[in-house]
Amino acid sequence: MQWDVVIGLEIHVQLATQTKIFSGSSTAYGAAPNTQASAVDLAMPGTLPVLNEQAVRYAVMFGLAIDAEINRRSVFDRKNYFYPDLPKGYQTTQLDHPVVGAGHLDVDLADGTSKRVRIHHAHLEEDAGKSLHEDFHGMTGIDLNRAGTPLIEVVTEPDMNSAEEAVGFARKLHSLVTSLGICDGDMSQGSLRFDVNISLKPKGSTVLGTRTETKNLNSFRFMEQAIAHEVERQMDLLEDGGRIVQETRLYNGDTGESRSMRSKEEANDYRYFPCPDLLPVVLSEEFIEDARQRLPELPDARKARFVEQYGLNDYDASQLSTDARLASYFEEVVRRGKDAKLSANWVQGELSARLNADEKSIQESPVSGSQLGDLIVRVADNTLSSAGARKVFDALWSGTHQDVDTIIADQGLKQVSDTGALEQMVDEVLANLPDQVTQYRAETDANKRKRLLGGFMGPLMKASKGQGNPKLFTEILRSKLEG
Amino acid sequence: MHNKSVAELSRELESGSVSSVELTTHFLQRIHELDGHFNSFITVSDESALAAAAEADARRRRGEATPWTGIPLAHKDIFCTRGTRTTAASRMLADFVPPYDATVVANFNKAGAVCLGKTNMDEFAMGSSSESSYFGAVTNPWGEKRVPGGSSGGSAAAVAARLTPAATATDTGGSIRQPAALCGITGLKSTYGRISRHGVIAFASSLDQGGTMALTAEDNAMMLNVMASHDRQDSTSTDRAVPDYTATLNEPLKGLRIGLPREYFAQQLNADMEQRVREAIAEYEKLGATVQEVSLPHASLAIAAYYIIAPAEASTNLSRFDGVRYGYRCEEPKDLMDLYQRTRAEGFGDEVKRRIMIGTYALSAGYFDAYYLKAQKVRRLIQQDFIDAFKQVDVLMSPVSPTPAFIQGEKTQDPVTMYLEDIFTVAVNLAGIPAMSVPAGFVDGLPVGLQILGDYFSEARLLNVAHQLQQATDWHLHQPE
Repeated sequence: MQWDVVIGLEIHVQLATQTKIFSGSSTAYGAAPNTQASAVDLAMPGTLPVLNEQAVRYAVMFGLAIDAEINRRSVFDRKNYFYPDLPKGYQTTQLDHPVVGAGHLDVDLADGTSKRVRIHHAHLEEDAGKSLHEDFHGMTGIDLNRAGTPLIEVVTEPDMNSAEEAVGFARKLHSLVTSLGICDGDMSQGSLRFDVNISLKPKGSTVLGTRTETKNLNSFRFMEQAIAHEVERQMDLLEDGGRIVQETRLYNGDTGESRSMRSKEEANDYRYFPCPDLLPVVLSEEFIEDARQRLPELPDARKARFVEQYGLNDYDASQLSTDARLASYFEEVVRRGKDAKLSANWVQGELSARLNADEKSIQESPVSGSQLGDLIVRVADNTLSSAGARKVFDALWSGTHQDVDTIIADQGLKQVSDTGALEQMVDEVLANLPDQVTQYRAETDANKRKRLLGGFMGPLMKASKGQGNPKLFTEILRSKLEG
Repeated sequence: MHNKSVAELSRELESGSVSSVELTTHFLQRIHELDGHFNSFITVSDESALAAAAEADARRRRGEATPWTGIPLAHKDIFCTRGTRTTAASRMLADFVPPYDATVVANFNKAGAVCLGKTNMDEFAMGSSSESSYFGAVTNPWGEKRVPGGSSGGSAAAVAARLTPAATATDTGGSIRQPAALCGITGLKSTYGRISRHGVIAFASSLDQGGTMALTAEDNAMMLNVMASHDRQDSTSTDRAVPDYTATLNEPLKGLRIGLPREYFAQQLNADMEQRVREAIAEYEKLGATVQEVSLPHASLAIAAYYIIAPAEASTNLSRFDGVRYGYRCEEPKDLMDLYQRTRAEGFGDEVKRRIMIGTYALSAGYFDAYYLKAQKVRRLIQQDFIDAFKQVDVLMSPVSPTPAFIQGEKTQDPVTMYLEDIFTVAVNLAGIPAMSVPAGFVDGLPVGLQILGDYFSEARLLNVAHQLQQATDWHLHQPE
């Protein structure tokens, strides 16, 4: 049987505010447990929440960026349940009146097409703390540093039909919130967490199947794997005549397995009601307009500009514009290096490969954009051969040297482009290799001639101690052998 | 010395005829001698009170005194006091020492007032008789075995027994006005948002409001001058300017339009009580006020709406008491569920548990619309009743409670009878308007209160109206044996 896969996402985006959503505590990651938890975060008796205006501004910026309706009046509700890392015994969230209404995000797919995913709404809420089940001798440790960190929860319509689309959406959202500067995008620290709702229906059917929710995926790779896993699990079940149970599941990225967390029947009655400690949030036109003024360039606009301004092709422009930090790095390279195509090649080629190999993010790159730009300048003006350029890059990467021209001078990487000197070397090499010269001249097959020509390059590079400009060597060889 | 009002004591401190240390010592002695009869205090802070008094005297010598500098007072044990345990009269918080002051407490500290200690109350302010305290019931100074009302019964009894010249209190459904009436003192519940709730242990957030208790309306005005403030730590606090509430106490009442809500004089009202209330109103006519009957058509729905909304909010406000971070924790919990269940079963008293259960039920899926949502709609109607009434009259007057102080234990077995104690007071909280209770004579030797209700932020007017009655009568000056 053929199946349609239907996927909707709920994404928790941690907002990059300095302080928590309802208290003045710092939101910085990695502090010693419970050192960033105030009386409010601990839900001490008599303490009250005070809404962080910056969190609201960030949510509004997000809403504007997805072309959503901004609700002039939104309401915070209490979602009641008991858990040790939920100090008040309720989470303050927005149920019926979220700050951001319906919007959409367009996802670029590998086949060059674009897919529009509708966003149902996005609401503001507070994060819980962390329960630490290890290291406490059978007891549980509670760290409330994260409790009260502002989140927006973005809820999509079930508009995605494959893991590719869902991951494409996730990447696009990541790109958007980091471009907006409202989220640091660090998924390893939980700054973006994805819940995936998946159901299957017979191909072409208009009736949605029963869905499961896989919670708390914090990498694109896990997300892709979890979707593949869950689609397969559901398909196996359905094809064996089984039924899907509406439930929440957890996916273990290390084992590639998932397990049921709780079924619909076991779900809590959260007893939502409007939080009486917080007034409804009423947004003025001025506030919204101010947020609009703060919107930076968004990924789609940036991509178009890269095509226009730098003459990049669609693919390069898309690759370089999606991640705000990569885009800004690239632009720094171009500012110094001038040659946009060469810059694009280096950023996507050598640099990306090295970052991947060392598992570093672009912000952690040991080679700065301006250094790479300087390198591009020396490649473009033929001072460096590609082999020489890689050597300079290595030196920059390892941090032994900082300045491109100093490295070139110290390591003698300057390419010889003096035609007279190069001609002399060619003459000497040809004189030493008479058989090969004869062979070349006798060869009629173009490909074979090319290969034979390459045979002279090794000795030439050796003679020039690697500094001869290979392009010039080739030109001189051709003219001498064929002239 | 202990029969004097705050205003009088303030003048004496200013003249130098008495020091704050002397005053404070005197009241502390009275508490130690007499409070065994009343149990109006949970905590008496001798040491910190005397230190604060010495500091107040020094401040006065430096010429930096406010009218409150050196005046002793007590805080209801629902206001957090940094370094002094704050219990809400619950086992759950029996040893809880807050690391912060409630804004109200901080305001009094800043003014130089001296905190004598923390007063007893119904557990988490849930009750109308101050019998549900983990620290034992409070006794009304006006009658052996009589309740002082609640929930601020400790504050009311302490003021009535002259153990403190003034006490702070809170009012969620009548918790200032009813005990003030039953103890024969003057109390004011301010407009919702006028006094910060920061540091006030929450019962029902949309109804809770701080307020004042003292012998006279003038003293209530002096208290409100300190307590009313805009507080950025409380999102529901108003940023309206705070007037000097003592400045308008002597405005003449000629032409004051008094409304008598028909519904508040109908049923369940003790005939002698009604007589006293009507006599007080007659005093106002002598002062030039006019009296007319008005209607609050939805008055009969107030108790029902209140006993949905207040428990609903309470049920989630009290979720934080889970034994995890502070407060009472059961011995040797087996697992998480056991920790929750036993901590809360052992830490909360019966009335608190009852209200948590009612509130949880009212908010549950399938019942929310029928109970909570409906109650909120009723609340709107009740608000509108008052808005309409205040188009016709300046103030409303009514009894505070259906009967004078009842016998301890009389209503504890029947919660609904106890809830009906609030029949004339809860609508005020649902609407968020200010109201006072002013002494209006006696029935069988027990005090009767007159309730004065005003439009939003009309506290200055209410205090003026109450003060003028106290210039014409001496009911507020009677004291128990």
